[in-house]
Amino acid sequence: MEVVEKGLNQLFMDPDPDKAREFFAKKSRSMTDKRMTEKEAVEKFVPNGCFLAIGGFGAIRIPTAFIHEILRARRKNLGFYGHTSTHDFQLLCAGRCIDRVDIAYVVGLEARGLSPNARRVMESGEVQVCEWTNYALTARLRAAAEGVSFGIIRSMLGTDTLKMSGARVIECPYTGKKFAAVPAVWPDVGIIHVHEADIYGNCHIRGISVSDLELARAAKHVIITAERLVDNAAIRINPTRTVIPYYLVDAVIEVPFGSYPGNMPYLYYSDEEHLSRWLQAEKDPEEFKRFLDQYIYGVASFEEYLERCGGLAKMRELQRLEALVDR
Amino acid sequence: MTTEYNMMELMICVASRYLEDGKTVAVGTGAPCATAMLAQKMAAPNLVILFEAGGIAPMLPQMPISVGDSRTFFRGIMAAGMAEMMTTCCRGLVDYAFLGGAQIDRYGNINSTVIGDYYKPKVRFPGSGGANDFASLCWRTLVMTVHSKSRFVEKLDFVTTPGYLTGKGAREEAGLPPGSGPYKIITDLAVLDFEDKTKAMRIESVHPGVAVDKVRKETGFQLIVQEMVEETPPPTETELEILRDEVDPLRLIIGRS
Repeated sequence: MEVVEKGLNQLFMDPDPDKAREFFAKKSRSMTDKRMTEKEAVEKFVPNGCFLAIGGFGAIRIPTAFIHEILRARRKNLGFYGHTSTHDFQLLCAGRCIDRVDIAYVVGLEARGLSPNARRVMESGEVQVCEWTNYALTARLRAAAEGVSFGIIRSMLGTDTLKMSGARVIECPYTGKKFAAVPAVWPDVGIIHVHEADIYGNCHIRGISVSDLELARAAKHVIITAERLVDNAAIRINPTRTVIPYYLVDAVIEVPFGSYPGNMPYLYYSDEEHLSRWLQAEKDPEEFKRFLDQYIYGVASFEEYLERCGGLAKMRELQRLEALVDR
Repeated sequence: MTTEYNMMELMICVASRYLEDGKTVAVGTGAPCATAMLAQKMAAPNLVILFEAGGIAPMLPQMPISVGDSRTFFRGIMAAGMAEMMTTCCRGLVDYAFLGGAQIDRYGNINSTVIGDYYKPKVRFPGSGGANDFASLCWRTLVMTVHSKSRFVEKLDFVTTPGYLTGKGAREEAGLPPGSGPYKIITDLAVLDFEDKTKAMRIESVHPGVAVDKVRKETGFQLIVQEMVEETPPPTETELEILRDEVDPLRLIIGRS
């Protein structure tokens, strides 16, 4: 197969499927209780310098509670893999946790505007960037999930997005047509927030899955944070609904409102007021430091953060917004 | 009687007329989404709206704030994922990609990545997101953007998303699907399309009260201008009423102008 063009940026992760197989050969298949605290899971699965991927879609079904713990643990030099990364990326930039990124959409918070602090981080030159598109990032996880070394897509072609990626343009051995080959990626750890999980890590997700089914099958370690834990019987009574089976999962953490201030489909809407306070606070680095102390570094747990953001009354309000009851 | 409307309302009403009934459209957040909602309530009730994070054919109860929030699959026919959406585009099942504002050149290429040097950017913007995928894979790309010299530029600092690249035949040469590409650019001054011979940008119509020279002056490259340039039909009372009362009653989008 002929390579016609090469993206200029280097890959952060090895796309060799046999090395991934070696890893997965040793991964435990036993159905054991995987519950632990955020602290324990960060300690065990998120060492400085590791390459992590975050599920959900920026401010929808994101593992906010877990990312807060990464900040409190002062993790540094992490690699980050994310499509449409909005509040999740904003958090990692706030903690100055990352030094290399595979990205398709960063710095922005969609219709809410751009994050001044994430821009400062990205414009400082301290973070090594490899450019992709949202689909390219999904296709790379999908290739990894399939156990092969690359995926084939028909986007990126002809653009600087491809030039500044690690993709290759190849000629199809059957048709002679050009496609973009994108390398498989097996992140060290994937963190996914779900609606329900049992103590072993069998998961239910409601609503869109974004790229999380691929991520769960690509990441070497998978950490699940769940709105609530359910009995294993709740999984077995309807196996059609299982989207992530337990043997992919390394840790299970129960965190109600764990995606706050992000949206959790069918449960609570995003807290736009709080998200815009983030953008306000970020304008002034000194003010932002105080803001982070107030909401992340100066709180002992995610529950305390929720309290500081308005507690149960605020959560009830976001539940009503999500259910459109006051429309 | 002259009907009053602002720039954003004008762009949304004009753009909505290009979305035909029974077709499929992949939309970005904000104005493109409002446009698709308006089209559904006007001439295209069977327009299928698709969101890149996985929402298919929702009965949008209000403007989503993200292309992945729960509104994007509210009473939809499917809550899928990114791969389902993008492979659907790649198979040729999606008629329109509808993207928001950015820096654009004469061939409809778009920059939403950096201003300045890539490695030492003056400004870092979000990047492609799903825009490059949509504009590569959907049949016709529509873009809505404010018309100014800083946005309509001779040379982009970075080609994030493909238009016709370097002109006729370049998309196919690069491996992009034949027959796809930019269709209309809707600005606050004009509607622009692409001349078939060169695939370079051309004025299709100017909005009421806008002179061709004004469009030229706000464009950083040579536009193709035909002998007779038509005037865009202004927003109708009905379009404005539906846009204001049903599509965006909180004025999240139309209040921005």
